[in-house]
Order: sequence, then C-alpha cells, then structure tokens
Amino acid sequence: MKDEITRDERIDNLKGMGCSRKRVEDARFTQGKGNYVDDVKLDGMLFGDFVRSPYAHARITNIDSAAALEVPGVLAVLTAKDLEPLGLHWMPTLAGDKQMVLADGKVLFQGQEVAFVVAEDRYAAADGIEAVEVDYEELPVIVDPFESLKSDVILREDTVDENGRPTDGAHGPRNHPNHIFTWEAGDKAPTEEVLANAEIVAEESMYYHRTHPCPLETCGCVASMDKVNGKLTLWGTFQAPHAIRTIVSLISGIEEHNIRVISPDIGGGFGNKVGAYPGYVCSVVASIVTGKPVKWIEDRMDNLMTTAFARDYWMKGKISATKEGKITGLHCHVTADHGGFDACADPTKFPAGFMNICTGSYDIPTAYLAVDGVYTNKAPGGVSYRCSFRVTEAVYFIERMIEVLAIKLNMDAAELRRINFIKKEQFPYKAALGWEYDSGDYHTAWDKALKTVDYEGLRAEQAQRVEDFKAGKTRKLMGIGLSFFTEIVGAGPVKNCDILGLGMFDSCEIRIHPTGSAIARLGTISQGQGHATTFAQILASEIGLPADSITIEEGDTDTAPYGLGTYGSRSTPVAGAATAMAGRKIRAKAQMIAAYLLEVHDNDVEFDVDRFVVKGAPERFKTMKEVAFAAYNQAIPGIEPGLEAVSYYDPPNMTYPFGAYVCVMDIDVDTGVPDIRRFYALDDCGTRINPMIIEGQVHGGLTEALAVALGQEIAYDDMGNCKTGTLMDFFLPTAWEVPNYETDYTVTPSPHHPIGAKGVGESPHVGGVPCFSNAVQDAFRAFGNTHTNMPHDHWRIWKTANELGLHD
Amino acid sequence: MSKKTHITLKVNGKSEEFLAEPRELLIYTLRERLNITGPHIGCETSHCGACTVTVDGKSVKSCTMFAVQAEGAEITTIEGIGTPDSLHPLQEAFKEHHGLQCGYCTPGMITRAAKLLEENPAPSEEEIRFGMAGNICRCTGYQNIVKSIQAAAAEMNSSQSSSSEAVGHKTTEAAE
Amino acid sequence: MIPAAFEYYRPKDIEGVLAILEQHGDDARVMAGGHSLIPMMKLRMADVPHLIDLQDVGGLSGIEVTGDSIRLGALVTQAQIIDSAELTRAAPILREAALQIADPQVRYMGTIGGNVANGDPGNDMPGLMQCLDASFSLIGPDGAREVAARDFYEAAYMTDREDDEVLTAVTLPLPQGGYAYEKQKRKIGDYATAAAAVQITGQGGTCTSASIAMTNLSDTPIFSEDAGEALVGTTVDDAAIKAAMAAMLGDIDPTEDNRGPVAFKKHVAGVILRRAITRAWSRA
Repeated sequence: MKDEITRDERIDNLKGMGCSRKRVEDARFTQGKGNYVDDVKLDGMLFGDFVRSPYAHARITNIDSAAALEVPGVLAVLTAKDLEPLGLHWMPTLAGDKQMVLADGKVLFQGQEVAFVVAEDRYAAADGIEAVEVDYEELPVIVDPFESLKSDVILREDTVDENGRPTDGAHGPRNHPNHIFTWEAGDKAPTEEVLANAEIVAEESMYYHRTHPCPLETCGCVASMDKVNGKLTLWGTFQAPHAIRTIVSLISGIEEHNIRVISPDIGGGFGNKVGAYPGYVCSVVASIVTGKPVKWIEDRMDNLMTTAFARDYWMKGKISATKEGKITGLHCHVTADHGGFDACADPTKFPAGFMNICTGSYDIPTAYLAVDGVYTNKAPGGVSYRCSFRVTEAVYFIERMIEVLAIKLNMDAAELRRINFIKKEQFPYKAALGWEYDSGDYHTAWDKALKTVDYEGLRAEQAQRVEDFKAGKTRKLMGIGLSFFTEIVGAGPVKNCDILGLGMFDSCEIRIHPTGSAIARLGTISQGQGHATTFAQILASEIGLPADSITIEEGDTDTAPYGLGTYGSRSTPVAGAATAMAGRKIRAKAQMIAAYLLEVHDNDVEFDVDRFVVKGAPERFKTMKEVAFAAYNQAIPGIEPGLEAVSYYDPPNMTYPFGAYVCVMDIDVDTGVPDIRRFYALDDCGTRINPMIIEGQVHGGLTEALAVALGQEIAYDDMGNCKTGTLMDFFLPTAWEVPNYETDYTVTPSPHHPIGAKGVGESPHVGGVPCFSNAVQDAFRAFGNTHTNMPHDHWRIWKTANELGLHD
Repeated sequence: MSKKTHITLKVNGKSEEFLAEPRELLIYTLRERLNITGPHIGCETSHCGACTVTVDGKSVKSCTMFAVQAEGAEITTIEGIGTPDSLHPLQEAFKEHHGLQCGYCTPGMITRAAKLLEENPAPSEEEIRFGMAGNICRCTGYQNIVKSIQAAAAEMNSSQSSSSEAVGHKTTEAAE
Repeated sequence: MIPAAFEYYRPKDIEGVLAILEQHGDDARVMAGGHSLIPMMKLRMADVPHLIDLQDVGGLSGIEVTGDSIRLGALVTQAQIIDSAELTRAAPILREAALQIADPQVRYMGTIGGNVANGDPGNDMPGLMQCLDASFSLIGPDGAREVAARDFYEAAYMTDREDDEVLTAVTLPLPQGGYAYEKQKRKIGDYATAAAAVQITGQGGTCTSASIAMTNLSDTPIFSEDAGEALVGTTVDDAAIKAAMAAMLGDIDPTEDNRGPVAFKKHVAGVILRRAITRAWSRA
C-alpha cells in the first residue's frame, strides 16, 4: 500500500501549529554555543567605553583627555566636539525628540555619556575612563515632573527660542520649556458632563513607578567599518535590526546598501533593546576613525542607569457609574516623566503609546485621556517593558480604577467587572478612545477563572481571616488579586503606525529547496521567544513540509526581508501573518504544479496536510515534497522554475489578546512580607501555535510582573542620584521568591489574522502587575484601604498596615 | 598595568598556560583568552550567576574571581559538561521541559544544577529552588527550570545502579 | 566593571603575609574568598594596589570542636560551616545563619574570616559572633592578640584590627541551650533588613541566660546586653519579650536605605527579635 500512515500521523509528522514542538534553539544554548554580541570577536578589535557624568544636571566647562591618552592601550577619546563636525553629537530618538550622543555642553542625568574612550582592550578603556578629567558646574536638579513644569530651570536649552519660550515639539505646542507634549484622546466635554451628573464617581491618583526591563544580557554592539569596500557591519543587541540600519544610514550618511546590521542571539530584550543608544553611534564613529572593529558592551550599572527605563507615569483617574455599578464614563490624566530626553520607542502618532486602551475590557460609553510628557533630570526613555506601548500602564490604571469603584460602590470587584465587560456579541467593538477591538469572549474566560479558583470559597476564607485577625488569632491577612486585561498588540497598520516614518508592517520570505526542505527569513528577531521553532510550525501547517525541515533565519539585514522587529508582541500578529501569507503564495504555485503533474485542472486539486489530492480521488496525489522537486527540475509550461515567495504584511488592525488572572496572597502585617499562595492565569491569545512556549512565556511574564509589583524600581534621591544601579538593589527575583503558576486558556481567534493568532509574550506582564498589586491592596480593603502605590516592597506594605492602624 | 603573572589552569580537562595581569577576572580569561564563551556576564556584582563555572568542585561566579586566584585549579564550564553526542541529562532535560528561553542564563544555570545534583542527587522542589537561588533567569519564571532539574535527577537516579537508594528529601532550613 | 591594576601576592605562611603588609601599609589588603572585596574593586570603590591572597597560608582552614569551645580558621567557608556535621551538632546556630547568607555560589567562597573582618554592617557573622561571645585572633608585627567580637567593631568598615594585622581565627565557647538566627531580607542575596541572633538557656521554665545581637541595624553589629538581661529570670513570657525588644530598640540606630525608613526597620527589628526569642526558647 502506497500510503502507510494515517492522516493524523501525517499531521503529527509536520509538527505544525498546535503542538508543543521542542525548541530548535535549545541545542546550542544548552551547550554554551549561543552566539551573543559579546561573543563576537574580530581581528584587531578595539574596545570602547564611556566616561559618564556623576551629576544629574551640570554644565561641562572642560574635558581634558591628555592624561587618558597617555594610558597604555588608549587610542582615542571622543567628545561631542569630535562628533559635531559629522553632525553626530546629537541623534534622533524613536519618539521624535533628539538626544545627545555625547554631552554637548551639559549633562541632564546621572550616568549620561560624556566621552568615549577607545582602547586596545577593556582594561585599558577602563583605566582611560578614570584618567579623563571633566570639569562640571552643578546646576539645580529636578527629579519631580510636577516641579519641573513649574520651574524656572530650563533643562533643554535646545527646545526654547531666544526668549526662553518653548518651541513646538514633535507632537505639537508645548506649554513650558520642560514640557514635551500634550496628547489627547476621546471627548473631553462629554466626559466631564457625564462625570458631573453621575450617580457615583470614584477618583484616584496613582503613580506607576519607574522601572527597567533589565534583560540578563546588557546592550552592546560591535561596529566594523571595512574601509577597503566601504561597508559597515554592525552586530548588536537590536530588537529592530532593519530600523537600526535605516537610522544609521540616515544619521551617518552611509548608503543603506553599505550597511549590514546583524542581531545575533539576544539575551532577553523586554523593550530595552529597541532604541538607538549613544554606544552604537560612538562605536560606529570610532570604527570609522580607527579603521578597526570597535566593541561596546554596557556593564550592569550602565544598563540600569542609562538605557531604557520604563513607566514613570503619574495617573489621575475619575470613573463614574450608576448605583447598580454600570460604568458611564472614564477620565484619565497622565503626567509622564521622560527624563532628560524623550527616548520612548512609540509609533509616531502615539507619543503616549496605546495608553488610550485604558478603557480596558469594559463597555465604557464616554471617555477622555490626556497625557503630558515632561523633562526631568533622570535617565531618558519611557520604553515599553514587556508590553505593547504603554499598555501595562493603561491596564494597571483601569484595573485599579475598577477596584476603587468597587470599594466606592461597596460591591464585589469580580461582579463589577462582569457587569461591565464588553459582551461577546458587541465585537468588533469600537471603544470610546478610538480602538476597534477585533474579538473577545470575556464572560466565558472570567467565569472559567473564578470557577477554577473557587472564588466564592476564597472570599469566604478571606472574610474568616479578617475575623480571626480582628480577634487576634492571626497576624496575616489574605488578599485576592483580580485582573482582567485586554491588550492591544501587533503594531501595526501602516496607515496609523510608523516609527520615525518607517511603516510597521513585517515580512517573511520563503525559499523551498528542491528536496522539500526550506528556509524562511523574517524581519523580526527572537530574544528568547523561540521564533525558529514557532514560525516553522506556522509554515509547516501552511505548506505541508515538516517543521523540522524548515530553517528560520532572522536578524541579518543583508539576507532577511525588511521588517520592524520584535517588541510590542508584534512578531506573531505581524510577521506570523506574513509567514502564513507567504506560505499561501507557495501553496498557490505548488497547486498549479501539482495539477500539472496529476494532469488535472488547478481547481480539481486541493491541499490536504502535506499534499495535493485530486478532489474525489484521494489516492491520486502529489506531496509537497514531490512538488518542490518538480518546481525546480521539471519544465512546466507557463510556470517559472523555482518555489519562493515573499510577503510584506500590513495588518488591517491590531490584535487584542485578553486574559483573566487571580492571585491569592498572604501578607504578614508586622513585617510587610507577602507570600504568594496561588496564581492562576487564563490567557486567550487566539489560535495557539505552541502550547509549551505559550506556557513558558506566561511563567516568565508573570515573574517579571511579580518583580515590578513587589519591589522592582529605578529610584532617585533629590540630587538625581540613581539609588538602584546594581542587582543588590534592583529587584530581580530568584527561584526562591517565585511561586509555581497555574496556566489555563480559552481560544478566541482573531478574525482578521490569517491564522487567528494574537500574540502572548507580554500578556502575563500586562495582566500580572495589576493582579499582584490588587492582591496586596485587597488584603487591606476590609480595613479601609483604597489605593497604595507600587512597588509593594516590604516597607511599603508595612506602611500601609501602619497607616491603617494595624500595628500595636 | 601591573606585572603579568604566569597562570596555569585545567579547563574542561585541557591544560592552559598563559601570562595575565592579576586583575584579569576569570570570566574574561575563559571568554576572551580561551574562547570559552558559554559562561556569560550578567550583573558583575556576583548576584546573577550567569558566569557560574565549577572551580575545584565548587560552583563559583567567575566574574568575582581573578584568574590568578584559580592558579592550578580544575575548572569545568558548560562546554565540559556534555558533548553533542553525549549530552548531560540536565542538557537533555532543559530542552525537553522548556527550561530556557533566551539562553543567556542557561550555561550558568546548568553548570550550577550539575553541582547541585552531585551534592544532592534527589532534591525536593524546595531544595532545588534554594540551591539554584544564586542564578537569575529573566525569561522562564523558574518553573520549568525546576521541572528540568527534577527530570534530570530522576533520569540520573534511574540510570544509576538500582542498589543505591535515593537520598531522602531534606528540608531546607533557611527560609526568609 | 574592571578593577584598577594591582600587584598580587600569594604567600605560603603568615610571616609572608605580615611582611607584605608591613612593606605596603594600608596600600595592601588581604583577601580570602574575595566576594566582598572584588565587587568593591570592580566598582572602583576600593583601591587596593597590593592584594594578598590568603588561600595558600597554612593553618587558617581548620574547624576544631573541643569540649568547651569551637575554633574556626579564618578561611573556613560558609559552605564548610553548613556541611560540617560536627559543627552543626555543637553549634547549630552557625549553620542556620550561614544558610541565610548570600547564595550557594557565594557561600562556597565566602569565609568566616572575611565576613567578620571587613566590618560591613550588612554581614551576618559579626552579629552572630557577638551573640556567641566569640573572640577573634589577630596577628601582626607585634605578635598575636585576641579581641572579643563584642569589642571589635567601631564603625562601618572600621574595626579594632590594625592595617598591618590579619585575622586568623574565630574562637567561641560552645553555645548552650536554644538558638535562632532570624533574618528578614528582600530576596536571596540581600543583606538583612533586620536580623537577630539569639542563644538562650533555661531551667525549669525559667530563663537562665540569654544573648542577643542584631545585624544591619546600626553601623556596627549590636550586642544588646540589656535585651538578654531582660529575659533572664523570666519565663520568657510576653512581658519579658516586650522588655527585651524595648531594650534592643534602645541600642540600635538604623538608617534609612532602599530597604525602608528608620521607623520600619525598628518595627521589623522588634518583630524579628520576638520571633527569634520565641523560636530559640522553644528549642532551649
């Protein structure tokens, strides 16, 4: 018999979508054979490192490099004066602002790059840094954005006219020299009217503290200018290698075809590695100047203190409802601290990212959002840490506002959510702040979550605990954290999403080899998400060749098609869609070939798992493998040889993953120590490509959420000194502090995505932070707590208890 | 610069001999001098464990040891733990149970886990979490790392001679 | 993070160590495991032109338990303390405390000598040694001397040890009765927000002796004699524990840092001490 295996076995053999395929990346990583940027070693390679400012705000009166140049092994010391003739002493940020590459007369934050020392090795560079003498004249330091907007101290002299008045910024008029932008969404007057006439209004101010993505591998690059051929190769920790190539070309004047950007293996990104940093520019310049490759690798302090902080949002909310709890309006104002430069990486039209998803999962008829960006003497940024552009802030805001409203209504917070969810039949749902949610089934997910954790039982146990506490039988309180989140990911449609003018499509190019294996290249780059595994699964299901026979390659701009990279959970929604679409182009051509080989009309064959069969005669078929060989080696009238396809996918809409999380926490009232007893996470990311990888992403995202909610912050003192520059003080939990998580799912496919997938990598972080925070806050609800700010580290939890009079 | 010192090491069974400044950290010796790039640099202040190697039978954060301190020592890195044809059970288990994502912490993690299992062949989950607390992972949330180590332990114990009884679960005293 | 260059010495005996110290004065530092010093050198917060590695020096490594005392050579590591069954039988509080120091890798390298000698108020062993009334053996150009742990610490990183002296051993009387080392920290690898070492004896339900020391709540470890006294002669009831807590709070002087403000630290110090006393008394 020709066909010895069953159809199900043929499906299994593909290791396509839906199976927990083991990761192809792991062989090299488990054997120490990953290739990260600091593993790149070139002949004659030099090492560059920065002299950094010890002050948060100071004028630089002199830089003396003479002694540094005497240090054995030091070859050059670059300052802004050296970069100015090249026009490279400033560079554009991904947020429409510009940023000093090297201090141009002043510094605006502690750790700012002042000079770049180039040496034969990292030891000489470190000694050279010590020998550079910089004279600083200290200026008044502003670390508070509200103070900044009232201050006479002008932080950015480049943003005011000769009279000291603010010039217009990238996002319109500015009302103060230290003001960056005002961005609005929704309807102001109607919202205010609804709030003014509402039966119930709850108000809360909350601070989402500054934190940092802190991947285990810091940022770095190796720049190598080949002066003979005029080609620049730049290896680096780039989450968006193609965008980096274009930016480098635009600011350096080197033609884009002469620049090759390579993202090798990346040791985690989480948003830290999206932007362009002074180290990249200086390495390129240093390589051009010296004619040798130059490596720059941040140390951990550099990383925490200078590149890519996240959050730092001061959010003020008002939410109105009927007495029965039906929400009628939402008002949100944000004061966004961007530090010395607005170095977010947001789509151009969205200076506060997708903060306007802050109506959350709820059917809120009227809403208004305004965000004011502000300069302070803190590190520049505002990047998205494991979330799509400010979605973490938005979800935290609404999930706190819901809890605050529940308290005001004296209502159960789970029930309040339930009665306000957007209903399944309302999708596609047009939200008050502008987005069109593609799909959702919130009630099903919520009910499943609450049932699984026995929500009613938990509340009964909690009530008993409160009684026991009051009776002096225990000193531990119990918190039940709820969160229901809707993300907006997969940026995005080119009509409204670009970064620095680069449209946010993504791409996939496939070549089928004659013997029935393939290579596919994408415009994205994995930083641990397992693209080489999952994208092959998508293709396997689309084209019927085994995933094990498909190589996925990303990160080399000389070979991969142009794309905007991996962040904001965009890889699966955008590049994953491109992969499916390119696969379908392959299939379409293959179908014609198969029909020719089977001697039937194109329309008389159909694709089935791994082959084309003649309709109604399944014993007559050609496998994709056979078709591949024929595509190259058989002259077929009217059909070009070869089997290749490329797709540039411009998504019609974002995708909207959602989920329901519950956390049960016990809190030691006397020490402020929380103990996470249980965490349940239900995620709906649409079609599930690889359940094993999804679960891994959820575990990881929840752990980063735990860290942020319970202690991870970038903190400054009044002088602008960063107090959390090492892992002693910047909280990264170990295995000991992290619980086991229970994961669960529902499946609501995206209606517009070719395979219905929505993205999942960031969901657990987005949904996790409010869940952990709500658990802490809920523990104190019975004693009058409405809201306390994160991070809920021991002393802040203790402070809450103390202020509620729970200590002797 | 200071006077260079003559250093001999045995790394993954191979003798190495070189002159180095005393301030050369062992991690750089391995990565840059010997091209053993499995161990990585994460925090540089002995908190993250990405640089973990075994030095004379001890798990050591090689970013916090000068090469000269290791003079005469036997060092094992991830590269010496298994071979492509004969992976260590931990390497197999990390692959099988999705115990890694970006892979950056993995060499240090597996190197440390190998030592842990040498000292405690059948650790409880609590003992694994406590024994691995010197290694930070930013991606996995540790759940699958714990699972991987448990699986490797089970595999190693089942492949041992059946006469040796598994070591019972000890409680870990040091909690918070 | 690259340290400044230095000259490296690896003498075989204590005389060799002392000779280098004498020659270079405070430009020289001795190092055991290096896990306190090396990070400081990498951050260029410690300037050490001459580094003396003690690992080859003979006579610094032993664990000796006799009928009435314990002697730990300066190079005994936290891991060795944890692994020594003999030591755990004789002074289980040492193991309990050592397990709460840093993480496994650091404990392989970190030594008792380094932990007590460098004067870091965050280190756990100094307070524990004060609780146990240990003494430190120092040797210098003028010979050897013993200093009580309770007299050793002067301020942060300032101790009774002269720059040309080396700490060679820690000796402590065999602890009696119940014990507890209680430590609150933010995570594995952190210093204490507050830690308490308690060693306590009782007879017929009455406390006959109690020794209490606190860690990271002042610029030195704090041996609170009054706190211990408050328990002696009592049944270690709530009133006695409160009296001990009050006495301890009179002795500590915490400062605000990333772990929290003073009021929080004082409160936690009290809670931690209460728990340590309760646990120690239950074992007495």
